[in-house]
Amino acid sequence: MQLVLTEEQELIAQTATEFVADHSPVSRFRALRDSADPVGFSRGLWKEMAELGWLGIPFPESLGGAGMGMAELALVVEAMGRALAPEPFMSCVGLAGQALFEAGSEAQKDRWLAAMIAGDALLALAYQEQGSRYDLCRVTTRAQRSGEGWQITGRKVQVLDGHVADALVVSARTAGQDGDSDGISLFLIPAETAGVEIERQTRVDDRNAAIVHLQRAEVAADALVGDLDCGGDLLESVVDRATVMLCAEMLGGMAQAFEMTLEYLKERKQFGVPIGSFQALKHRMARVFMEIELSRSSVMAATRAFDERSSETAKLVSLAKARCSDAYLLTANEGVQMFAGVGMTDEYDIGFYLKRARAAELTFGDAAHHRDRWARLSGY
Amino acid sequence: MAELEDFRRETRAWLEANAPESLVGMPFSELDGTWGGRRAQFASADMKLWLDVMGGRGWTAASWPAEYGGGGLSKAEAKVLAQEMAALRLPPPLIGFGLTMIGPTLLRFGTEEQKNEHLPKICRGEIRWCQGYSEPGAGSDLASLQAKAVRDGDDFIITGTKVWTSYADQSDWIFCLVRTDPDVVKQAGITFILADMASPGVSVSPIPLISGKSPFCETHFEAVRVPVKNVISEINGGWTVAKALLGHERSMIADAFGVSPRGGTRGGRSRLVETAAQYLGEPGGVLGDAILRDEIVQNEMDTRAFSLTVQRGRDAAKAGQQPGPETSMLKIYGTEINMRRNELMVRAAGPQSLGWEGPGFDEAELVATRDWLRSRGNSIEGGTSEIQLNIIAKRVLGLPD
Repeated sequence: MQLVLTEEQELIAQTATEFVADHSPVSRFRALRDSADPVGFSRGLWKEMAELGWLGIPFPESLGGAGMGMAELALVVEAMGRALAPEPFMSCVGLAGQALFEAGSEAQKDRWLAAMIAGDALLALAYQEQGSRYDLCRVTTRAQRSGEGWQITGRKVQVLDGHVADALVVSARTAGQDGDSDGISLFLIPAETAGVEIERQTRVDDRNAAIVHLQRAEVAADALVGDLDCGGDLLESVVDRATVMLCAEMLGGMAQAFEMTLEYLKERKQFGVPIGSFQALKHRMARVFMEIELSRSSVMAATRAFDERSSETAKLVSLAKARCSDAYLLTANEGVQMFAGVGMTDEYDIGFYLKRARAAELTFGDAAHHRDRWARLSGY
Repeated sequence: MAELEDFRRETRAWLEANAPESLVGMPFSELDGTWGGRRAQFASADMKLWLDVMGGRGWTAASWPAEYGGGGLSKAEAKVLAQEMAALRLPPPLIGFGLTMIGPTLLRFGTEEQKNEHLPKICRGEIRWCQGYSEPGAGSDLASLQAKAVRDGDDFIITGTKVWTSYADQSDWIFCLVRTDPDVVKQAGITFILADMASPGVSVSPIPLISGKSPFCETHFEAVRVPVKNVISEINGGWTVAKALLGHERSMIADAFGVSPRGGTRGGRSRLVETAAQYLGEPGGVLGDAILRDEIVQNEMDTRAFSLTVQRGRDAAKAGQQPGPETSMLKIYGTEINMRRNELMVRAAGPQSLGWEGPGFDEAELVATRDWLRSRGNSIEGGTSEIQLNIIAKRVLGLPD
């Protein structure tokens, strides 16, 4: 495992950083929030990302993708994380797209995955239910046989980008009890299907999410994604990859929040000197710097573990998520404290990063969840 | 490439023919390593033989030039030698501050005469070195050191006290920092000089620590006469030499503490996890104390993230990029992980950690308790964590004074 960027990867990182800086300053995110934009992101920018090939980075060329790895994908996501870009990258590429890629039928891939990669269809993964916390197998949504197909009833919450999705990948129980790891299946459901109702949610981090109500929604037999009753393993695999993508986003966010704070410490004067000259603040900034560096090493290792099919991949995913959860919150908390009064105002951007740090922490398992997982995977 | 493979074959054959069989697979620790010197002690007769055969080829310092007693190997060849020694599970023939600290410093800053005088003796393990930097009144503020050296013809006359001189009671020579000009900015009046510990006026007293006996000593200089030719680099130019050596020392400490959990592992589990399992039990396959378990996992994960960061620095250097995070950062983090690990070891064993010596406590328990106390010094020695944080804030983050 090489923990250094290749020349090609350097180029990808540089291109992505420049593109995001040019097209997506944080002020854009702020404007979308202030105007309560019904889409909540820019469809034009999304199309440009498709044209740059970003939506197909991890997918094969036969589907219009680039056939690259997690190491490359992470660089683009990190750049977006710096600017809090709200485009539906995680839901389309990381979650629903990955589920279809891993287990979808050829027809599903051709119809939906290829269209997503081209920027012509938006997808979302509806896996979370109220009270399921980080347990992917706590699924109360039920799918029952109905003729040749299925009839699905349930309620999914905080479905990322569910408000604009053209199709949803939904986890539903096809056998067993609510908490069983077996008996879960995934279904691909077009959003216009009768019995599907979508209700937008408003979150603290202003990321786009929705409740998906399924009331006897009828789908055909070919809506099944992957094998019947085996959706639990598929979800875990998909969410592991998405977790590392989220970590890359968090890395970008913490780096940006740190740099903003560092600049402020050099400019802001009290008692006639820059506050960055005070040792009480210097030492804390040095500590934050170290935590970010350790997070970066962990994220790089986790991405390469996927690309090299390491037997340690799951552990390295948990290492990255535990570290990034703690480090992003530390960076944002310290940022608000060091910006002090203005850090508490809505006018300054540092608060956006604090909100995003908390939302990212509580997505796909917090630090304690991943420490427990690491220990279990290590046999204690 | 083919030449390197030839070298590998020859090296392996030579090691197999010359390494004493009793040393193969010998568990190695600093305590039974060969430090050399006029009063050299060897863990066994074979360890002496091993030093003689390896020293004879210069392979105690494989990458140093052959003209100074080294092996004259290229970096790639030296790596092959290290790999082959590891493959045959052979201990290093010689350890100590001659090889790791003063030797590299002489190679960089020494005159031809100084290199010829000292390096061959280091390679053969004839002279053991110690370091005289800190003083009772100069710890973190090292540059304020007061041990003075007054010029008298071809000699300097040194008067003062050095503290934390590890193994001074067993060393033959000392490399130290002395004040040669009290009237300039403090860093500008310091000289780096070498002194024979057998010189009249040198005396050494060991320092017991909170953990018991220690290798640390206090070294006193009472009008000790040292030739001017023993100055390394220039008179009053010692601070530059000192800093170069310190950076090296910090990365050594970081490597020693952070990368591999101390002690052996069984079945891929660290000694900490094994110890905790022994005392806490594992009902249902998880450690029996949920809160301690969480802290142990945190430490294990910190250790992994740290070693990945060390690897990232090396990979970047190999790719010809700027070294990533500074050695200061690695020193802070590596030592702090080690300190928390030692605390967790003691907490895992509970009241069995309260022994100092004697009956009712087994050897591992007594060692863990002494190690815990000793580890408190990790964030102090080699530059305190606070000094390292200052360095990061200033040099990496560019925060103003």
